[in-house]
Amino acid sequence: MKARVHITLKNGVLDPQGKAIEHALGGLGFHGINDVRQGKYIELELSESDPAAARTSVETMCEKLLANTVIENFEIDLDG
Amino acid sequence: MKAAVIVSPGSNCDRDVQVAIRQSAGTEPLMHWHGDPELPDVDLVVVPGGFSYGDYLRAGAMAAHSPVIREVVTRANRGVPVLGICNGFQILTECGLLPGVLMQNAGLKFICRDVNLRVETAASVFTQNYLEDQVIRIPVAHNEGNYFADEDTLNRLDAEDRVAFRYCTRHGEIAAATNPNGAARNIAGILNKDRNVLGMMPHPERLADRALGGTDGRPMFDGLVETLTAAA
Repeated sequence: MKARVHITLKNGVLDPQGKAIEHALGGLGFHGINDVRQGKYIELELSESDPAAARTSVETMCEKLLANTVIENFEIDLDG
Repeated sequence: MKAAVIVSPGSNCDRDVQVAIRQSAGTEPLMHWHGDPELPDVDLVVVPGGFSYGDYLRAGAMAAHSPVIREVVTRANRGVPVLGICNGFQILTECGLLPGVLMQNAGLKFICRDVNLRVETAASVFTQNYLEDQVIRIPVAHNEGNYFADEDTLNRLDAEDRVAFRYCTRHGEIAAATNPNGAARNIAGILNKDRNVLGMMPHPERLADRALGGTDGRPMFDGLVETLTAAA
């Protein structure tokens, strides 16, 4: 089973890289962009086949290592 | 006094700390490899600067789970003084000994220069040889020094006198213009609740000898050695 983890900055946490991307896009002539936030994407190949168990396990991984929950949120998608 | 300096793959200030401790203590610190969980009995642990594990995922995130850091957390909770400098500060927040997190500098650039710091509290084993409100000059060298914590945490740090250093002008004024990295409330270093753990982004070991162009970092090491030698 594959787990896809999206890690994003929480609302209210400044994202200077997102701002730099926004300005660069503006410089390239892309207009109408109201905000850019950047994050991380991590793919995990799991041997677990039970979705509930896999989700619990990946949640623990996120809380312990993959995300810093002081500033980041995480979202988990499972398939396979 | 017996001190241990934790060495991870990618540490690069471990030797500077070794020299600073040797100079103040007259004894050799133990250079302890991160993978060895058997940390001998020591009076002080220093987690030095560098790029442990290449700063993969987040600065300090990997090192925070290394075998020896689990033991460092246990010692800190027993009252052993622990000093985290730069990457060491990042590791101490990631492993939960200190609140908050060090985010990427607001200006998106690596900063390597001397900064002025105001000593906010002399009430700790690390800062006792400074005067409160004293301005000292110490170098910074980091890409992730932008201290962030929620408002409640910041208010608690202030109320409990746990901010050790703030970025300031030469005259000790705290202003946005003197904030090199966007850190909340110009915070450069903080203490834990029991005041035996200090994390700071600037590098006191890099200005602890006249040959390096300044000695403003030396009182920190001298103070630690005086107190911990007397206690031993």
